Amino acid sequence: MSATTTPPELTEPAGSSWTNTVTAPRRGGDRWFGLASHGAGVAVVALVTLVGVFLVSQAIPALSKNEANFLTSREWSVGGDNPRFGIMELLWTTTTASIIAMAIAVPIGVCVALFITEYAPQWLRRPAATLVDLLAAVPSIVYGLWGLIIFRPVVRPLEDWLSTRLGWLPLFAPTGITGGTIMFIGVVLAIMILPIVTAISREVFAQTPTTHKEGALALGATRWEMIRTAVLPFGKPGVISAAMLALGRALGETIAVTFIVSTLAAGSDWTWSMLSGGETFASRIANNAAEFDSPQKTGAFIAAGLVLFILTFVVNAVARVVIERRKAFTE
Amino acid sequence: MTTRSSAIIIVAMSGALALGACGSDATKTGTAATGTAASDCPTGTLKAEGSSAQKNAIEAAIKSFQTKCSGTTINYAATGSGAGIKQFIAGQVDFGGSDSTLKDDEAASAATTCASPAWHLPMVTGPVGIAYNLPSVSSLVLNADVTAKIFLGQITMWNDPAIAALNSGTTLPATKISVFFRSDESGTTDNFTKYLKAAAGTAWTVESGKKWNGTAGEGKPQNAGVATAAKSVEGGISYMEWSYVTQNKLGLAKIDNGSGPVELTSASVGKMIETATQKGTGNDLSLTLDYATKTPGAYPINLVTYEIVCSKYKDAAKGKLVKSFLTHFVSADVQKSLEALGYAALPSSVSAKITAAVAAIG
Repeated sequence: MSATTTPPELTEPAGSSWTNTVTAPRRGGDRWFGLASHGAGVAVVALVTLVGVFLVSQAIPALSKNEANFLTSREWSVGGDNPRFGIMELLWTTTTASIIAMAIAVPIGVCVALFITEYAPQWLRRPAATLVDLLAAVPSIVYGLWGLIIFRPVVRPLEDWLSTRLGWLPLFAPTGITGGTIMFIGVVLAIMILPIVTAISREVFAQTPTTHKEGALALGATRWEMIRTAVLPFGKPGVISAAMLALGRALGETIAVTFIVSTLAAGSDWTWSMLSGGETFASRIANNAAEFDSPQKTGAFIAAGLVLFILTFVVNAVARVVIERRKAFTE
Repeated sequence: MTTRSSAIIIVAMSGALALGACGSDATKTGTAATGTAASDCPTGTLKAEGSSAQKNAIEAAIKSFQTKCSGTTINYAATGSGAGIKQFIAGQVDFGGSDSTLKDDEAASAATTCASPAWHLPMVTGPVGIAYNLPSVSSLVLNADVTAKIFLGQITMWNDPAIAALNSGTTLPATKISVFFRSDESGTTDNFTKYLKAAAGTAWTVESGKKWNGTAGEGKPQNAGVATAAKSVEGGISYMEWSYVTQNKLGLAKIDNGSGPVELTSASVGKMIETATQKGTGNDLSLTLDYATKTPGAYPINLVTYEIVCSKYKDAAKGKLVKSFLTHFVSADVQKSLEALGYAALPSSVSAKITAAVAAIG
């Protein structure tokens, strides 16, 4: 840029230097707000990093003494001089229950969101949305109690039906478990994550540009075709991030699961059945927290917590990638 | 009604869980004031933590003690024996509650914290009941051998000949046995499996311990969890503290210890405690229970939970208060009152020894 073309009013003020970016004048309020938001951003990153460092540092001593394969073993005896523990069963239960929860909650949640944004009469939209949000306000302990006492007998016949009709499939093989099966945990988790899926999907669907919707309708689309061609493609990234947030909740849910699960006996045979019991990462840690009497024992449980941490991290990372990809297609 | 009471239990239990989670944050807040009150009623505050098996007993004792001695505050956090021992060793609490005795290294650390040996005082006996859910069977007799086989999944039907042999005259239904065990580590499991190991001999093939090592059944957290689960399935069986059996209106099995069936009562528990031998020396009253006892009328599955105290407190005022409270706790009236809560009163021969030991605390 030559000096002759520079307008006279753009001379460099004293005490600052020109950069390529446009900078707003820095006044007191700007400076403070900038600092505060920088601080918040850095603090969150630092917090997550520190949690990770804590988990790793506590887990390593226990892991180094572990005499079983941490990733593939089903054993869990963490006390004594020869600890043997592995997360195979925990990983299986946690992921299976979460996948069941997702399989139920995401389609239903999306349908509820579509109903609220597209089908429901105007007067019903707000109350219906509030009611669904209310599900999220129920403490998880209540879900645990309700699941154990009231809801269990309701799901039991369904499970019995599945095991008699589809028992030849390893996933539905009958087991001796009468209480909290993996499938039952999945169903309760589905109810718990339903409001997350619904609330976020609803917000996204409501953002669909009216021009898109009216365009589709003007071209002769029925309401369902309009939803399929205008609302759903627009909302896809939002629905995916809703699902991932919900998955995060399902993976980490503790107290409700702790109440409901039926754990398996140490020497029981491995089964792929969803009608079997098992413990999730979070429920095993919570259930045994009172007996953390040695650093080694604590370390073993923290190692399990670390796996959950990584699992959640991976899920979120995958979700980010998927959302970015989808965005490119929809915009 | 039962649903509601079990719900309340579960809520209480989750409270204990929550406490357990933040137990390590507890700080020492106790301050013992030099008393102007009568010598057996010093004023001040004590902090204690540990076994949840004795929670109801010690809370009842604390309540009556505080009524007797106004100006005293005793806080007992039922966070589990492990946590209690840890906090006692760390000097965070004035005495600990534990279902099991200190290991050698724990005893050494405790003695360092106290600057004097730590003593075990068996204050509460909690029998472990074998609870079953068979509405048509009002009285059921089991022995160690059959119990071991049921809990290992080798006997799977209620009308199994082995069970029928112990219950002549009772019609046993052809119902599947659903075994429930504790999924968390617990002193109840520890004592139950110790009993099976001692009394069932080769029939109990797995290790005993706080963690359930059996090969069959499904695990549920806490006493309330197994009780609710056993209640929900006909043919269910589990082991739990006595009070949970009665509160959930489950059947309570009689145990044939080799000299005939014994019902679980305060007296039959007392008989078993009397057969125990003292493991500690002098006033350290850690006991070795004889689970395989064949004494007629002795109910063999018992949990003894201890208060772990310093034999001499660094803070004399604190020692005085501990002494005063434990004297109250071991007294016949208080012990008798615990029966309503599902505990058994200490037999007089044992409580005399404890009274002497408490008197020796400095």
